[in-house]
Amino acid sequence: MVKLLRRSGVLETHRITQNLDNTGSHPTQQLEPGSSLGNRYLIQDVIGLGGMGAVYRARDLHFPNVEKLVAVKEMINQARDALVRSTIVRNFEREANLLATLDHPSIPRIYDYFTHNERSYLILEFIKGKDLEAILGETDGFIPQEKVIYWAVELCDVLHYLHSHKPEPIIFRDMKPSNVMINHHNHVILIDFGIAKPFQGSQRGTMIGTEGYSPPEQYRGEADHLADIYALGATLHHLLTKIDPRLEAPFSFGERLLRQFNPNLSPELEGVVYKALQYAPQERYLSALEMKEALLIFIKNTGILPPKPDKKSVPSAQEQEFQPMWEFACEDEIRGSATHANGALYVGSYDNNLYALKATSGEFLWKYPADGGIVSKPLVYEGNIYFGSEDHRLHVINARHGQINWTYFTNGPVRSSPYIAEGHVFIGSDDGYMHAVNTLSGRPAWKLDVGAAVRSTPIVEQEYVYFGTEAGELFCVDFSSKVRWRFKAKRAITSSPIVQNGVVYFTSLDSTLYAVDAKTGWVIWRFRLGKASISTPCIAEDYIFTGAADGNIHCVDMRTAKQVWSFATEHQVTGSPIIYNDSLYCGSVDKHVYCLEYSTGRLKWKYPTKGPITGTPIAVDGVVYIGSNDHHLYALPA
Amino acid sequence: MKRFIDKLRGSQQALSQEIPTRPIHKENLETITSHPRPEPPQLIVGCAQSTGVQRDNNEDALFTLSTTLTGDFRNTPFGLYIVADGMGGHQHGEIASGIAIRSMASYVIRKLNSPLLSLKPNLPEESLLEIMQEGVQDAHSAIIKQVPGGGTTLTAALIVGNRMTIAHVGDSRAYLIGNNGKIEALTRDHSLVNRWVELGQITLEEAAVHPHRNVLYRALGQGEPFDPDINSIQIPDTGYLLICSDGLWSVVPEEEIQAIVQKSKNPEQACQMLVEAANAAGGPDNITVILIRLHV
Repeated sequence: MVKLLRRSGVLETHRITQNLDNTGSHPTQQLEPGSSLGNRYLIQDVIGLGGMGAVYRARDLHFPNVEKLVAVKEMINQARDALVRSTIVRNFEREANLLATLDHPSIPRIYDYFTHNERSYLILEFIKGKDLEAILGETDGFIPQEKVIYWAVELCDVLHYLHSHKPEPIIFRDMKPSNVMINHHNHVILIDFGIAKPFQGSQRGTMIGTEGYSPPEQYRGEADHLADIYALGATLHHLLTKIDPRLEAPFSFGERLLRQFNPNLSPELEGVVYKALQYAPQERYLSALEMKEALLIFIKNTGILPPKPDKKSVPSAQEQEFQPMWEFACEDEIRGSATHANGALYVGSYDNNLYALKATSGEFLWKYPADGGIVSKPLVYEGNIYFGSEDHRLHVINARHGQINWTYFTNGPVRSSPYIAEGHVFIGSDDGYMHAVNTLSGRPAWKLDVGAAVRSTPIVEQEYVYFGTEAGELFCVDFSSKVRWRFKAKRAITSSPIVQNGVVYFTSLDSTLYAVDAKTGWVIWRFRLGKASISTPCIAEDYIFTGAADGNIHCVDMRTAKQVWSFATEHQVTGSPIIYNDSLYCGSVDKHVYCLEYSTGRLKWKYPTKGPITGTPIAVDGVVYIGSNDHHLYALPA
Repeated sequence: MKRFIDKLRGSQQALSQEIPTRPIHKENLETITSHPRPEPPQLIVGCAQSTGVQRDNNEDALFTLSTTLTGDFRNTPFGLYIVADGMGGHQHGEIASGIAIRSMASYVIRKLNSPLLSLKPNLPEESLLEIMQEGVQDAHSAIIKQVPGGGTTLTAALIVGNRMTIAHVGDSRAYLIGNNGKIEALTRDHSLVNRWVELGQITLEEAAVHPHRNVLYRALGQGEPFDPDINSIQIPDTGYLLICSDGLWSVVPEEEIQAIVQKSKNPEQACQMLVEAANAAGGPDNITVILIRLHV
């Protein structure tokens, strides 16, 4: 079983620290726990598995009175070709001989080396601890940069030791998180000195490769000690951003700026990592020592272990100092969203009124009293305003003076917002029906029993009506109320669907952003959010944006369903984002209005209101309007 | 208004008289009239394969499946098209590519069989992207298990209704060919030279003759973890989907591919002509082509 592995284009023993899923079907037998090897090493457990053998924890029976543990690294040589067989054995021996000549606290000691038939064994110092890949996987959020810097300094030390080895410098060639152990004293240990030989040949179809950590020149077989510097940079990049370079295009670190993913990092540290990651070797640190010194200078300048900047006590540069253009106070919370039409702004409040204001000045024009709170977003259509209220009604009033035109009763609070198409208004109600009402007569064309409250706002596209229910169904019905399809999410769909290019997008309380085919209801993709969402997504270019109760504003690529960026606010994001020019605007329950650059998620400014924001902003003529639970409607310069 | 009320009453008459038409561009007129839009919507497919002029063995593999289903309101055309190019210089390139297409096809068909054909219509439990993703993972694991060390490219397109979901690893390619003379690659080669081109380190011309031009940084059966490119797009109203191995695109320029497709009578003939063009250009590698006319 020869493996021509793609890493570094080299023939080498397979990674035995790596886990493969299909180990059960592996043709070769592992040593059983309890069996002994060479009458000396009592096998206790398998601690790593790979294509060519396993790594075991074993007890050295030469020390009967103390438990001396060793790591046993096994390599099973099943190559049929004689040349390949001997190459594998030679590489294994080389690793053994190399380790025997090295003496450094960050390099495991070797105790023994032997071969039984097709199996070869290295007996190594057992390291109590975890490798960095495992640590990355177990860490919620980011590993603190102080920890990473500390490890980085030690890694520079051991690389410097290897690079200054006599008579020949040793190039590690395979720096990556899974090859770095952190022992229980928090010191780094390099593992796996599987020996590389330079990449040879350019035979058609030959596969060489990258674990994502290797520098460009290593693909050409030109790796010297500067290759290790690059791979260390790549390892640090992975540790600090949690983005696995093996899943990205090679040499693309420059496209994933550290602080874009982890804003708490210092710019100086970012500078050190990027210098190590330069494409041209001569532009990197020219030695591990030089890189270590850069890290030490950084540590010194920032006070050894720089405390995390405290976001709350230090005023952020981006905290907006501007004054709103105007603000308007209602008598109760504004939980919903405003609508702009013909120079006027219409907004409902939990003081039961629908307000009409002059958009330029916020001057009060009139108000219309309903008998219940208004969260529904008003809709202006042919001189009338349509909106629902907790008083169970759909209200239709004159846009100019606010006189009532007609109302339509449902049997429950109306929290959904109206949508008008083909002379009919579609609106959901907590009574469990979707209602279609004629805009001229105010009479129902039909109502459809959907079995649960409808708080989602319907949308009509290509003669079909789409909306969600609190029972977690997304309905697609035609104009005669016949159900074309329905899709079941695991929890409520309060979010309002949007439709673009034959795809329906919405979020659910089941913590998922869905893309569903508008014709068939088949799910095209799902994107997992950190927590539930009732936010309605919005779209710009190939990106889709949504808020979630995980406190983040998420940006997802609609073609690949992969995250582009996410921006953390300090509380749930239940409102919906909007895109205006090159910016995204969104409110958060943390009371702030956020303005982000939509392509990168970079914060442009934030504005503090005095209450949670649950509604959706609107942007018109360079002004952003948004209501807050502090009873105010704000007009902010976009 | 009347139309809407008609519909509310359940009258279908209004509909049949108002099938939307829109002006046809001059350049499209010929193609469209020569290929009348089929009813029901369906996928018309051709494919061709050749060992090439300079090779003795074929390490490419292909799979096509087109179904037409009418009888309820869905009229959902469903198609699955896969090209895999086994890695030479590795063990059993042809075995790896064969395993890849069979694993992938059987996984996807298994997942979609019930949603498409069960008597009670149900929706698939997984998303189309997930089904393709897992299909590729399945093929990846099958290769690691059955031909350790083997590697292959894989480019697969799943068409359901007017959605196309493409899974891609390696340097086979999928192209969208419009009737307006446009040809657009839907995939990005996972090859080192392509990466160097993207980084501005070498030019396209240098890449075409670069000694490492066939070196991949991602292939099925190679490396762990493993992440295919998967994306989903809406199918345009008219045009073609072409999936091919590098035996075609490395020797026949894109404009020529486009011209051959446009002037051919049908996808079958187009595929033959494409393979002939590649062989005429030296045929240095195995050539595999699948062409699907999109009218869905």
